Amino acid sequence: MIQKFEDLNEMHLDVLTEIGNIGSGNASTALSSMIGKEIKIKLPQVMTLDFQDAIEHCGSPEELRASVLIRLKDELEGMILLLITKELAETILNIFFQKTNIDLLALDEGDTSALSEIGNIMGSSYMSAIGTLTNLKIGVEAPVFTVDMLGAIMSVPVIEFGEVGDKLLCIDKSIEIDGVCIKSNMMLIPTVNSLSLLFSRLGIT
Amino acid sequence: MTGALNVGISDWKVNKGSGIIVTYALGSCVGICLYDKAALIGGLSHIMLPDSKGVAAGASTNRMKFADTAIPDMLSKMLTMGAVKARITAKIAGGAQMFVTSSEKFNIGDRNVAAVKDALRALNIPIVAHDVGLNFGRTVFFHTDDGKIIVKSSAKGEKIL
Repeated sequence: MIQKFEDLNEMHLDVLTEIGNIGSGNASTALSSMIGKEIKIKLPQVMTLDFQDAIEHCGSPEELRASVLIRLKDELEGMILLLITKELAETILNIFFQKTNIDLLALDEGDTSALSEIGNIMGSSYMSAIGTLTNLKIGVEAPVFTVDMLGAIMSVPVIEFGEVGDKLLCIDKSIEIDGVCIKSNMMLIPTVNSLSLLFSRLGIT
Repeated sequence: MTGALNVGISDWKVNKGSGIIVTYALGSCVGICLYDKAALIGGLSHIMLPDSKGVAAGASTNRMKFADTAIPDMLSKMLTMGAVKARITAKIAGGAQMFVTSSEKFNIGDRNVAAVKDALRALNIPIVAHDVGLNFGRTVFFHTDDGKIIVKSSAKGEKIL
């Protein structure tokens, strides 16, 4: 039984890496078919991080990000957080609307719904792969969107997990579009209880 | 900013005389600046949760994380440095709701601000300026030579408290 993120051993981390791999593989396929570009993902990183380190892992606290947050529901608790850099937003909005030189602070309604929808489809396909793997019913809530400083966005998962401990478990991956590595983060952030359930479904104690 | 004292999440720092204490990108967290203008002693606390009492035993031992423990602790430190309690005033910033939805869970920013106000009231420290709530992140620069606070946000620029 996992009580704290600190209890995770090597095998647990390997399993989570594989879960991240399967989930984000599915998410990338979904993104690839939406934007018609070849997408590659790197092996996900599984990290148990102090709150301050979790923010710094994604960048400097004041850097701007567009962000899509998707809460998990039904049998798993936690969230998927997609942190979209200017670079990734530009790539996506160029494909959709032929836009160039995007200003994240001046996105219009079309831009924000396109980015939210990307997050939604990636998040849903991520979790549907994990649902199939574990035979758990995992739903996702409607995505919510904001543009702000990275640190301010990260305060949302950090505060929720702050009630039960001092660390965050992130399964993170970076993506390559048409051979160009685009800095961005797509993180699965599960609760401790959900981890135990995941492992027990996979026959791991 | 070079030479500034950097306060992380769930952290506080104090300074006497000239200098700047900074905390970056407050979202739903709240930054509390306490200041004794005569002694030029200031402290900046970055809390992330309202109340240590509601948290399961053993879940967290970091007193700098909660409004009800961080503020009295930082005040005590300032008093040992020579600050006088009757002279101390507070300015607060942060407590935003980063993702606007109908879900109750997201309103932690408001709860944090309310808890900070309660903690300051319990200590009889007046709040002389604030920039709280709404839906955007804030960076706080606290100048301890004159008590000036600069609040910076991505969309709204800078504001002096």
